[in-house]
Amino acid sequence: MSEKRETRHVYGEALLEAGRLNDRIAVLDADLYRSTRTVLFRDAFPERFVDMGISEMDMASTAAGLAASGMIPYVNTFAMFITAHCYDQIRIQICYPNLHVVLAGSSAGLTQGPDGASHQSLEDIALMRALPHMRVLVPADGIETRAMTLAATSDIDGPVYLRLGRYPVPDVLPADYAHVLGRAPWLREGEDVSIIACGHMVSAALDAADLLAGQGLSAAVVNMSSIKPLDTDAVQRAMAAPLVVTVEEHSIIGGLGGAVAEVMAETGGRSSRLLRLGTCDVFGESATADELLDKHGLTPTGIAASISRAMGQQ
Amino acid sequence: MAVRDIDALRERAAELRTEIIRMMGANKAHHFGGSLSAADLVAALYFSRMKYDPARPDWPERDRFIMSKGHCVPAQYAALAMLGVFPREELATLKQLGTRLQGHPASHLLPGIEGCTGSLGQGLSFANGMALAGRMKGLYYDVYCLIGDGETQEGQIWEAIRTAAVQCLGNVTAILDRNGLKAMDTSYCGKDLAGLDAKFEAFGWYVREIDGHDMSEICDALDWAHETTDAPCLIVARTVKGKGVPFMEGVPDYHNVALTPEQVTEALAAVQSGRGPAKEA
Repeated sequence: MSEKRETRHVYGEALLEAGRLNDRIAVLDADLYRSTRTVLFRDAFPERFVDMGISEMDMASTAAGLAASGMIPYVNTFAMFITAHCYDQIRIQICYPNLHVVLAGSSAGLTQGPDGASHQSLEDIALMRALPHMRVLVPADGIETRAMTLAATSDIDGPVYLRLGRYPVPDVLPADYAHVLGRAPWLREGEDVSIIACGHMVSAALDAADLLAGQGLSAAVVNMSSIKPLDTDAVQRAMAAPLVVTVEEHSIIGGLGGAVAEVMAETGGRSSRLLRLGTCDVFGESATADELLDKHGLTPTGIAASISRAMGQQ
Repeated sequence: MAVRDIDALRERAAELRTEIIRMMGANKAHHFGGSLSAADLVAALYFSRMKYDPARPDWPERDRFIMSKGHCVPAQYAALAMLGVFPREELATLKQLGTRLQGHPASHLLPGIEGCTGSLGQGLSFANGMALAGRMKGLYYDVYCLIGDGETQEGQIWEAIRTAAVQCLGNVTAILDRNGLKAMDTSYCGKDLAGLDAKFEAFGWYVREIDGHDMSEICDALDWAHETTDAPCLIVARTVKGKGVPFMEGVPDYHNVALTPEQVTEALAAVQSGRGPAKEA
């Protein structure tokens, strides 16, 4: 088992690396540079860093202006604020003209923890996924975070939402992993159930698959780290099992579960059932990250139990 | 290409108003009032002040103009077409299915449009971003941003005002089209503009107030803003909504309205007579 890392920390290091490779990269932050880890970039490239202060809407629109004049801005604050607080600016000024702006949403999901509902983004994937031109990337570990942070400049020419967290997770991908936009890494083979997960939930899903194996159930695990564009081939392959399960640290409405449900509903000739695990149309609350994951059934034990229950109902 | 002849600029402004009325035409609702109030300012920018090559609207060192009150973009469309950035005939496609001339500016569709606006309050932040990019890339150019007076009720405008000052964006100039009317009425919902000059100054801007239909004053103020490089400048341009068309002037009903064919004829005659743009008329 590798050392556990927070994806926001790896992002900060990768952003510094990207900044060294490309002098068009500019970084904007809204008074959270130590938390978002853009402090590393700031110290190395102060002339390409702007702390906008606590003015996220201004920051998003300023990023559009930077992009329209040839820079590649990485825009940083908590996931909740960069998506919900700036939605209008992102929609009209960034996505409509298809500008190359990277929105890095830090401390996403329930594992934001003690700050409670105001800071726990459980709808951000749904919001970003609905926007034309937007790509939505949710790295599963440090290796994928680095790959996606670099790819956001080198492989993409348009708006990107990169969802980052502050929960330590082990590496689940090989060190030589090469990210391909829209292709979901297939991490584990299995016939009885296919688990499609993203972000922090990928390592939890792998652990859940181990638990299920102990009960004689064979579970496949797919890392659906690119939610838009979605790897529809991978979803259809997952439908070889009688049960498909999505696991996300996000509402089951409109996010990974919603995206997979749309593909499954439009894929004819198969009869797989879908079980969506995530938060069920509720707000978050203050607690530790682990307490919240446990409450919402998003620990390995909770995921395995939900799947066993669903298999029993088949 | 710069025209310093004030009389010639007035003629260009009258021509610009003519194009606005023509492209809007009869029987369809359009934003006449605000487009006409901004016409002299837009003419002075594109036909005199701005460093701009119509053959290369994406020239990295060009001066930039952002129509933050995006519904008044027909004034910018007219200027760009008159410069030859795109064919004049295309003005007639305004807001029609498949057109590059959307109801609000679409920079990915039409050359010469710098950014997408239409949701009020966002253009000045965008202008700041363009100015910051120039600084980061070592290019020097001016960025002009036209904001509506009603638009200053948007909170984001004040975030952007602060950013421009804190970042010392001396190449940013905001022009406030102070036509005194909003979409519905003149009331400002109690959020009126008293003391606006002092508010900008308190945020670290230089402020100058002018008659926004006096071409000499406009040109002098734009030169002043260009030469001021240590802080952003605000030009408060006192204007008349619907300027140049007597039956529209100062009447809120002409914010977004459809004219009859007879009204179009009357409006064209009025702007072509030069009654509108010339101060002494």
